Amino acid sequence: MIDSAIKGQRHAPDTGGSAGAVAAPTTGPSQGKEAMTGFVKNLWEENPVFRSLLGMCPILAVTAACKPALTMGLAATFVLLCSNIVVSLIRKGLTPHLRILMFTLTISVFVTIADLFLKAYVPDMSDVLGPFVPLIIVNCMIIARAESCASKKPVFIAVMDAFGTGFGFTIALLMLAAVREILGNGTLFDFQVLPSWWVPWTIMKLPAGAFITLGFMLGFIVHRHAKKMAKA
Amino acid sequence: MGLVVVFLSIALVNNLVFMKFLGICPYLGVSKKIDMAFGMGLAVTFVLTISATLTWLINNLLLIPLGLDFTKYIAFILVVASMVQLVEMYVKKFYKTLYNSFGIFLPLITTNCAILGTCLFIDLWGYNFIEAVIAGFGGGLGFTMAISMMAGIRERLELADVPKAMEGAGITLVTAGILTLAFMGFSGMVK
Repeated sequence: MIDSAIKGQRHAPDTGGSAGAVAAPTTGPSQGKEAMTGFVKNLWEENPVFRSLLGMCPILAVTAACKPALTMGLAATFVLLCSNIVVSLIRKGLTPHLRILMFTLTISVFVTIADLFLKAYVPDMSDVLGPFVPLIIVNCMIIARAESCASKKPVFIAVMDAFGTGFGFTIALLMLAAVREILGNGTLFDFQVLPSWWVPWTIMKLPAGAFITLGFMLGFIVHRHAKKMAKA
Repeated sequence: MGLVVVFLSIALVNNLVFMKFLGICPYLGVSKKIDMAFGMGLAVTFVLTISATLTWLINNLLLIPLGLDFTKYIAFILVVASMVQLVEMYVKKFYKTLYNSFGIFLPLITTNCAILGTCLFIDLWGYNFIEAVIAGFGGGLGFTMAISMMAGIRERLELADVPKAMEGAGITLVTAGILTLAFMGFSGMVK
């Protein structure tokens, strides 16, 4: 009970929207069904970025172009998947006091693996992302999923939840990166998409562009959500 | 002179919030009231100064000589987490009202990327010990300034007629974007 109260506070800064914790029904449907609903829900309805405002730092920092955004999304998905599996396996042994520390340590081990992997196989991406790969450790999205899903649910559900959240995060990254790269550079994944007379909006590549684009994107999504709610 | 440049660089030119996108979560979450934002900023400054000092020492005196620097991230996050715990106990004991107003956000400094991020940037830029301490302190002050400014603006925004969909996070992000534009005036002053 205390946990859920804490979560409610930490997940909903002031959007007034849904708190991040997906209250999956604990009784009734089979495990497989619960896992599927968790997956689909996290993908868009409860998108970690747009609906719960989690993991904002990488969202803003690595979305100047699509390639680093995709790399970051996949790296975060990998870390989230591994940490969800481990946390779910050890969930019986977690004590309330040490659990956040255990989450953080688990996550940092996998982040180290991901960082070394990127350095070895895609060094150019690793250079672009810089310290934002290690900063996955403090990405609140991952701790939030460990806390609100993996530490309570069996492995299979945790895995599907990780995939849903991770891909949802990647989608959000790519959406923002696509807007910024097209307007700021006229390209998408380094391919020219806008005609050559297009004057690139340099502002889009700068931090200010990131904040403003994400702000309007959030506004648009809240607007659409409100419309849907009104219809229902 | 070099130290002044380091300080100005991290407080203004490479401001953690505006230029490095660190600490966005508290920046959006705790910036509703100016006194709370200021308190949060001070807590971050304190933790950040100590963490930057400690992580520099651990990294340069322990991990690198022993060839253990692949465990850097794990060591850094442990330092940050234990520092936050310490500050939390201290504030709880001596500043009860401040503690109550922080609520959940004090323990959340652990997952404030400003702290870990600055420690990593200090390592990346290859600062020496004094520079690392100054950078930690300056980064904290820069964060305090950014979050207090935002809180001041948001207190005014309460009265403004903001479109329904943009209320809350949307308008805050756009405001942050405009503030960032102002801070871009500093870019180029220091490398």
